[in-house]
Amino acid sequence: MRPFSFLGIAAIGSTLVGMDKLPTDRDLIAIGLLQDPVRRALYRHVVAAGGEVSRNQAAEAAGVARSLAAFHLDKLVEAGLLEASFRRLGDRRGPGAGRPSKLYRRAAGEVAATFPPRTYEAAAQLLAEAVEQAGADPELQAVARRAGADAGRRITAEAEAEAPAGTAPAPAIERVLAARGYEPYRDGDALRLRNCPFATLSAEYPVLVCAMNLSLLEGLLEGLGDAPERAVMDPAPGRCCVAVLSKNNLN
Amino acid sequence: MAAEHLAQVNIATLRAPLDGPELAGFVAELEPINAMADASPGFVWRLQTEDGDATAIRPYDDDRIMVNLSVWESFETLRGFVYSTRHLEVMRHRRAWFSRMADPYLALWWVPAGTIPTVAEARRRLELLASRGPGPDAFTFRSPFPRSARR
Repeated sequence: MRPFSFLGIAAIGSTLVGMDKLPTDRDLIAIGLLQDPVRRALYRHVVAAGGEVSRNQAAEAAGVARSLAAFHLDKLVEAGLLEASFRRLGDRRGPGAGRPSKLYRRAAGEVAATFPPRTYEAAAQLLAEAVEQAGADPELQAVARRAGADAGRRITAEAEAEAPAGTAPAPAIERVLAARGYEPYRDGDALRLRNCPFATLSAEYPVLVCAMNLSLLEGLLEGLGDAPERAVMDPAPGRCCVAVLSKNNLN
Repeated sequence: MAAEHLAQVNIATLRAPLDGPELAGFVAELEPINAMADASPGFVWRLQTEDGDATAIRPYDDDRIMVNLSVWESFETLRGFVYSTRHLEVMRHRRAWFSRMADPYLALWWVPAGTIPTVAEARRRLELLASRGPGPDAFTFRSPFPRSARR
């Protein structure tokens, strides 16, 4: 009997399914689709919206006609980059409520290709399993904290090198997180992160990887000259397990 | 309501006595985290003594080993509580409180709704997982098995 998959991720722990995942034609077609600037704009708009986007909204954001947006959005669905669903917008029900709208959001799966083929994820899984079995969480957290701090200091130094000494403030954490793929967004006073850059690994080793991620972001804040304690564990389905609190919210 | 619920057991070996300074952080979290579990969607039951102490149950020869045994309505509700709540923040410190456990330290299995697993049964599931690896009768979060797979 085969283990069933969870969150669209094949259960890997015992079977090492996916160890040899090489770029498929589907991956290549999906990446190729994004070569078109209109599609790229539509895709980026849907991703940045963080939820469901209608054809009209996407068309407006990309500055193209609704019919053209619809055509490209459906191409992106076909390629597995977006997912579509139908829902009635507004509160009206019954006759006169109109047809349901087709809504788009980012697909849960990943698309990736490296040439020559590289399967770092397979290596990451083995390393994570070894760390887990060795009980080396504290060591991993210490390594991540240092790596984050080093990266933060490097980013600060680069910003200073580009401007006369003393005139450039360290880049804000929001920009740094965006550049690292976390997709930060404001939620009240807090900065939440829409994307987990380690999603596949953190689904399998949540305690290990989420704690590593928190340490990494604490270090990043430290390296940027910011307060490390702004990074806190704040898990919820569908987003990264770490949030960055505003300075005012630190007790 | 599903006809089968999910039982989970995990065991952990204390690094120091519960009333000492080393475990103070863990002890402080017990009440709020247990209360959160009890109020969580899908929570059915958890093992505790008559006076509500889950840490006093030490069924192993090595009495530093504590047992956490509970029943949930589904895999998703248990997983949601364990990894998508403040419980995750508490687990981040697990190595400060517990010695590295022999694998496996956690087992999941399906039980008919309305039945409560015994500690002896939980031990048997852990042994089953250790000897056979994940299967429909004892599995893990990483290698789950659906209800219909239970024999």
